[in-house]
Amino acid sequence: MIKLEHMSKYYGAYPAVIDASFEVLRGEIVGFLGPNGAGKTTTMRVLTGFTPPTVGEATIAGYNVMTHSLDARRHIGYLPETVPLYLDMTVTDYLVYMGQIRGMNLGWIKERLPVVIDQVQLGDYRDTLVGKLSKGYRQRTGIAQAILHEPDVLILDEPTIGIDPIQVVETRELIVDLGSEHTLLLSSHILPEVSMICQRVLVIHDGRIVADDSPARLSDRLQHTERIELGVSGAEPREVINLLRDMTNVVDVRSDARADVQQRAERDGMAAVIVDARPGSNAAQHVAASVVERGWGLRYLTPLPMTLEEIFLELTTEEDLGA
Amino acid sequence: MTFVRVIALKELRTYFASPMAYVVAAAFLAITGFFFVASVSDAFSEATIRGFLAGAVFFMIFMSPALTMRLLAEEQKLGTLELLLTSPLREAEIVLGKFIAAFTMILIMAVLSLFFVLVLYVYGVPDSWPIVTGYMGLLLYGAATIAIGLFASALSPNQIVGLVVGSGLLTALTIIDFISDRVTGTAAEVLNGLQLGASFSVFNLDSFGVAEAGHFADFARGIISMSDIAYYVSVTLLFLFLTVLLLQIRRWR
Repeated sequence: MIKLEHMSKYYGAYPAVIDASFEVLRGEIVGFLGPNGAGKTTTMRVLTGFTPPTVGEATIAGYNVMTHSLDARRHIGYLPETVPLYLDMTVTDYLVYMGQIRGMNLGWIKERLPVVIDQVQLGDYRDTLVGKLSKGYRQRTGIAQAILHEPDVLILDEPTIGIDPIQVVETRELIVDLGSEHTLLLSSHILPEVSMICQRVLVIHDGRIVADDSPARLSDRLQHTERIELGVSGAEPREVINLLRDMTNVVDVRSDARADVQQRAERDGMAAVIVDARPGSNAAQHVAASVVERGWGLRYLTPLPMTLEEIFLELTTEEDLGA
Repeated sequence: MTFVRVIALKELRTYFASPMAYVVAAAFLAITGFFFVASVSDAFSEATIRGFLAGAVFFMIFMSPALTMRLLAEEQKLGTLELLLTSPLREAEIVLGKFIAAFTMILIMAVLSLFFVLVLYVYGVPDSWPIVTGYMGLLLYGAATIAIGLFASALSPNQIVGLVVGSGLLTALTIIDFISDRVTGTAAEVLNGLQLGASFSVFNLDSFGVAEAGHFADFARGIISMSDIAYYVSVTLLFLFLTVLLLQIRRWR
């Protein structure tokens, strides 16, 4: 449904996106992940036909966004990063107007309006001026205009940015819900969000797409280290670190610097450390054995899965080194 | 055409939902009323609307850009232009819809100003034909000023820039005779041919008439000339086209 082929976009001499290619199939929910300024918004603007690519082609539902722009645009529901709202209109007036702009007739709008308002839970605010809504409700109004005309393709740019945590959770549920009816591409710089919502993740960094995989496979592929956190009593942190650092297969040992862990460690008189080891080396067992062998008390030992945040950091770091 | 109507109706509703429409209409009627009264209240004054026309032509230099300054600047500022340009409608439909909305405002004010004409017929015996052509000229002139104002509004997300650039362009095209009077030959003819409204000789308190030169003069005298009509229609179309072009160029930046 969405296809991008060798697309590059330059602003003057500055490359915003370099040779990006990917395809999103019907019904897929794809997350577009990258730090601020990585090129997410530019890519989405190219896909929606707002900005022409410098090189390459973008296709929506089989229509080239430049040569068959109007046809392509008919298939898109788009929520830009700054939610575009007319502040002096009521929610209903705004949605009716947006429906008309999308080429819907009044009968179709009348039929869809209650469904959509219900879906985004804006029922109590249908006659409120958009300018008087809180950020979270503005976001919902923005999503409502994107889905009103039942587009095949839904493109949401940072749909949860700047809204309060409870509304973030509700918005995510809404997006997962929408994913069952639409082909969905959403951008985010929040990693847990993408792994929660999406079946597939595209990672973009400095204008280049550096990974394209499922969140789980992405984890597997990048699991260079196995992480263990442990608490040891009867020893200074320094001693524990020195002991474990010399073990084979251990990559890195450091004090667990998290405030709550430190507090508990001080209270219980133990040393809290984090160990990074090579995967498959059965490091947890060896670490436990050496601690006990020295006569120290092993208070706890937990193997940690690597978070997507770290994978992402690693990804972008590697790309930095490669470039 | 549906998209043009949808946009025009939305903009008209916005005009009347804010104080904008009422404030502008009140100012228009007050200023033109002053010119009208001053022109007909002498003992032996002619029963014409030339005083009203002079005031209207003068005031539209500021009024038209004030009416249009919001139209495209705000779409850029709110980010709604991104929504419009990613919806299945053309730039020309957006521009035309907004132009029609602002022009309708001018039309409404022209209708309200018929009160002055009524006064003329009640207290005097005016010549009807120059009134008809005067209004015709005023609407053609109004359309051109709206197109120029719309162009200025498309330049930036800042409404004030739209107002200043729009009024500036209109003023320049109005006082162009300051220059054309001081040059000779083809240059003078070209510059004279470009004069949009009446010159500032509206400030000649003895006549309170419309300037002799410029494309508006003949309409005020009761003469319809094809070249004047062609001039106003071309200016309108040119600036509407430039506005569409600005929106298209915006994509490429």
